[in-house]
Amino acid sequence: MIPLGFGRRAFRRVEAREADFKIALVGNPNVGKSVIFNALTGRYVTVSNYPGTTVEVSKGKAKFGDKIAEVIDTPGMYSLLPITDEERVARSILTHERPDLILHIVDAKNISRMLPLTLQLMELEVPMILVLNIMDEAERAGIRIDVEKLEAILGIPVVPTIATSGKGIRELRERIEERMGEEEWEPSKVKLNPELERAVSEVEESLEGEYDVPKRFVALMLLQDDPELGAEVRSREPNPRRVEKKVSAARASLARSPVYAITMQRQRAADSILDQVISFEEARRRRFSELLGDLMVNPWTGIPFLLLVLYLGLYKIVGGLGAGVLVDFIEGTLFERYVNPYVTRFFEAIIPWKILQDLFVHDYGIITLGVRYAVAIILPIVGVFFLVFSVMEDSGYFPRLAMLVDRVFKRIGLNGRAVIPLVLGLGCDTMATIVTRILETRREKIIATFLLALAIPCSAQYGVITALFAGKVISFAIWAGVILFVFLLAGFLASRLVPGEEPTFFMEIPPLRLPKISNVLSKTAARMEWYFVEVFPMFILASVLIWIGRVTRVFDLLVKLISYPVRAIGLPPETAQVFLYGFFRRDYGAAGLYDVQREGLLSDAQLVVAAVTLTLFVPCIAQFLVMGRERGWRTTLAVVGVVISISFIVGFTVNLALKAVGFG
Amino acid sequence: MAVQVSNQAQELLERIWLETEEKGREEVELDRLGISPEDGALEELIRLGLVNVSEGVLKLTPQGYEEAKSAIRRHRLAERLLVDVLETGYQLLEERACKFEHLLFEGIDEKICTLLGHPKVCPHGNPIPPGRCCLEAKEGERVVAPLSDLKPGDKGKIAYLQASSSKELQKLMAMGVLPGAPIELKRRFPSYVFKVGYTEYAVDKRVADQIYVRITD
Repeated sequence: MIPLGFGRRAFRRVEAREADFKIALVGNPNVGKSVIFNALTGRYVTVSNYPGTTVEVSKGKAKFGDKIAEVIDTPGMYSLLPITDEERVARSILTHERPDLILHIVDAKNISRMLPLTLQLMELEVPMILVLNIMDEAERAGIRIDVEKLEAILGIPVVPTIATSGKGIRELRERIEERMGEEEWEPSKVKLNPELERAVSEVEESLEGEYDVPKRFVALMLLQDDPELGAEVRSREPNPRRVEKKVSAARASLARSPVYAITMQRQRAADSILDQVISFEEARRRRFSELLGDLMVNPWTGIPFLLLVLYLGLYKIVGGLGAGVLVDFIEGTLFERYVNPYVTRFFEAIIPWKILQDLFVHDYGIITLGVRYAVAIILPIVGVFFLVFSVMEDSGYFPRLAMLVDRVFKRIGLNGRAVIPLVLGLGCDTMATIVTRILETRREKIIATFLLALAIPCSAQYGVITALFAGKVISFAIWAGVILFVFLLAGFLASRLVPGEEPTFFMEIPPLRLPKISNVLSKTAARMEWYFVEVFPMFILASVLIWIGRVTRVFDLLVKLISYPVRAIGLPPETAQVFLYGFFRRDYGAAGLYDVQREGLLSDAQLVVAAVTLTLFVPCIAQFLVMGRERGWRTTLAVVGVVISISFIVGFTVNLALKAVGFG
Repeated sequence: MAVQVSNQAQELLERIWLETEEKGREEVELDRLGISPEDGALEELIRLGLVNVSEGVLKLTPQGYEEAKSAIRRHRLAERLLVDVLETGYQLLEERACKFEHLLFEGIDEKICTLLGHPKVCPHGNPIPPGRCCLEAKEGERVVAPLSDLKPGDKGKIAYLQASSSKELQKLMAMGVLPGAPIELKRRFPSYVFKVGYTEYAVDKRVADQIYVRITD
């Protein structure tokens, strides 16, 4: 699952009893690890950041017989020699937390690519079970695996499953239960070629310190120049220099780079095992999903498909169902008719002073404004968006979209992978800013953060903007065109100006899969919970700040200040207030504009200028705080300064251009 | 080239090339190379008109430049051949490459270069100066070619990876893109999509340039 920055907060009930047993789930991304995790643990789950990192790890408890096991879902890893932060965390869990049992989950049809990791994991000498998941896809591809023979060769239990339909989960639970009592563990080890074995044992013999993991594993990692194990050697060895010398001597004795040689040897070992257990049949005929997948990546059909997804997903479902039906009901019926009048009467009755009443109710009160906005307007819109987003995520559409846009994204300093945070930004820019973590380089993270702050309107904002332009198709088209143009131009300039290395694009494309409803719902629920926990307090804070600003008259001063640039771009001074409130909530601004327009103060041209400027204008307070946390305050303030300047410069230009052509 | 240059003189030319072309110096002092003005190889180069020496400072002539480029090219092609095809270890590489390069006479270097798919860098990551064959390269002749030169539907086995850093190599290998694995190119546009085993990957041109394929179909 895409990281969300849940923070160190347990938001589901965790069973109090201490675990007797620790199980770690390990595997590549896209092998159905989290589905198996959910199937084993049920409802008792916590998601937290691994200490000192931004990587999220899910932990849950599960009952096996009369024992309680703690189940850890480690981040996706391709190899025990880590490259990404996720892999470092995953390895760290295996080597430092020392689970009692490792479940290695593989995609059965890709077993020849994934079995080398099984062999690697066996070096840790922790009891293991190999789970052959997604067996249905393997069968469709005509792959037959002799499970019993594979068990015999590896010396560990092998369990075939189809986790999405629950097939094989009962057997898996039984095998886990069997293994929980066992102390004996006799793994079969991969013998490398004599040259490598000699090098490994020379390093292994030179190790004198105490390690949490077998010395052979340490030796293998040292040979492959792993910096973390290198640091451990320095702290645990009485004579680290001697070990380091041994390692460099052993490395020098090898024909090829150790990473290359060891990887190739393991692959060869895996292939020779698989030769004995795999047979192939004629693959069944091409499936509809493959055809659909091809249509998605061919630009001629893929771009229309993308537009269709945006139209149906964003306009019809998020706009129509979320912003329309749900908001009308919760806001219009529940709040306007029942909640607001009731709480207003309540506070007016218990608090005699109007100033203090204003803190809770009336136009800008915590409840009538803050809570109402959060619960009645934003939550339904964002919730529906998250639902659509989770369906797109689970179906495997994003990697295909990423490959479709990679070329364009390279021009704006990003790679195709960045499409995930940018699309998420159309839902909530604050959450999207956190998800920029999936980008590899700092340069890409900065550019993506900047573009999210500038030119990606969130769902709450474009919900109001679409309402603003109701019946004005040309105005709406001008707005959309200008925002898209600014997005591309700003990205292009940022790619020239932000230093750092050029991004590369490399993504696995999983097969298209029909999303599992329970998984989609639990992801959506998790994201909505995050939203409520992280962003809801900001609404309250915003209401309080607005109240203080109004009471102390600081706002009057700020509004006066902002009215100068506002007048410069040809807008009535009344709109200055809208910009100020826009910072507290991106959509407040748009909503405020809606009021100004209803009073008939804006011409069509002014409406376009105001909507463009406001969309580009600084993000809401929640996004601002998250930007500071993720990118650092210096970068954040620089981004905000640039964003404010660009928004008014573009507003000014659009105003002149519209006047010149005599629009509105 | 008509001139016959002795092996020692070729080695010296290569060292001068490294100093001038790859470290960006205009000229090289004899002291820097640690040779005396009476050095046999140096005298040979002067006699053949490949270098000029004045006041202890050495400079390649245009003809010397061509000769040095070709010597460097032969040396690095030899390294590629030794590592990729003959699986020679790095320890022995330097010594063997120095012997091997002298066997790559005019013409043979082009054949080796074509066989290897016109590689752009040596196993250490230093650039291989392109020869005539690289500029005229035609697809049909190739035995090994970078993935980025394949047509959709082309199949083969991964011959070797030419990643620009060990980290990139590690990443490719960890994701299952390994020498010896069967590979098929499915799309070239808008990104390269290829299949290794039962997994599909999408990459940009930079990554596709690093995967060399022995074409079978």
